[in-house]
Amino acid sequence: MMRTLLVRGLIAGLLAGLVATLFAYFVGEPQVNAAIALEEAGAEAGHHAEEPLVSRSIQSTIGLLAAHLGIGVALGGLFAVVFAVIYGRLGGFSVRAHSTLLAGGAFVAVTLVPFLKYPANPPAVGQTGTVGSRTELYFVFLALSIITAGLAVTAARSFADRFGGWAASGIGILGYAVVMTVCAVLMPPVNEVPDDFPATLLWDFRLASLGGLVVLWLVLGAAFGTLVHRALAPTPPEGAAEAPATAST
Amino acid sequence: MSEAAVPASTSIPAPVRIPLREIVPWAVLIGALAMITMFFISTEDGATALLSAGGYVHEFLHDGRHLMAFPCH
Repeated sequence: MMRTLLVRGLIAGLLAGLVATLFAYFVGEPQVNAAIALEEAGAEAGHHAEEPLVSRSIQSTIGLLAAHLGIGVALGGLFAVVFAVIYGRLGGFSVRAHSTLLAGGAFVAVTLVPFLKYPANPPAVGQTGTVGSRTELYFVFLALSIITAGLAVTAARSFADRFGGWAASGIGILGYAVVMTVCAVLMPPVNEVPDDFPATLLWDFRLASLGGLVVLWLVLGAAFGTLVHRALAPTPPEGAAEAPATAST
Repeated sequence: MSEAAVPASTSIPAPVRIPLREIVPWAVLIGALAMITMFFISTEDGATALLSAGGYVHEFLHDGRHLMAFPCH
């Protein structure tokens, strides 16, 4: 059972990474290139622009694909594990509904909320010396968000018997929102956008970045739900003769 | 509308729960592999470096890191 889920999770993750790469290439890359052009214009004023170790044409194609496929497959594997834990434990949802709910919840906890506090930055934004502290803050906030979301789901489950699923979900979501708001207010801000960096480019880059991550989670949830639906759903009572022989994964 | 008795056969059957003890070993394995993968894609050769790749890993994954919202440089 677990192998079935994991194989499908990895396939769904691969597919999600692939589709997200296409989005990133066509929507994100123009913003990255515009930011790099600004960066180089600034560098040329002082010294000549340094030659990249890896050519830009590789960074924006194979590198972009490798990064997205790697993250997609890793998230796909984790997705399958978390799905196995929640399946049948959150109420009478179908396989596909579970997958959709998980993708939506994971998008909020793993991507959206961390993005709202520490958003993506284009090249030319961010001081080299602070990358260590920025990375720490980002991952600490990400961990807080994931832990809080897990606790909120656990709490909502235990409230469901007393208050019903709807109210219990509401309490869980409210609890998550309150805790994460407090964390976001208390944790130090990061603002290293140069004064002369174009506001429209920053907005376009961040929107493209968030859009790519939306695509990633959307495809992951939809593909996983579709693939696992056939594996987990009980065979329909009628038309059983038409039931496809499942692959021996 | 309360008398609209839906035949039980069309409602969603109760899903089968996968026992947690069956999940745990896989969770540990996949968790470890996923963490290593995501570390190399998001952070290696950037904020910290386990290998001394001298910037190649960072530059190869540069655009993906920026667009997937990881602190890059």
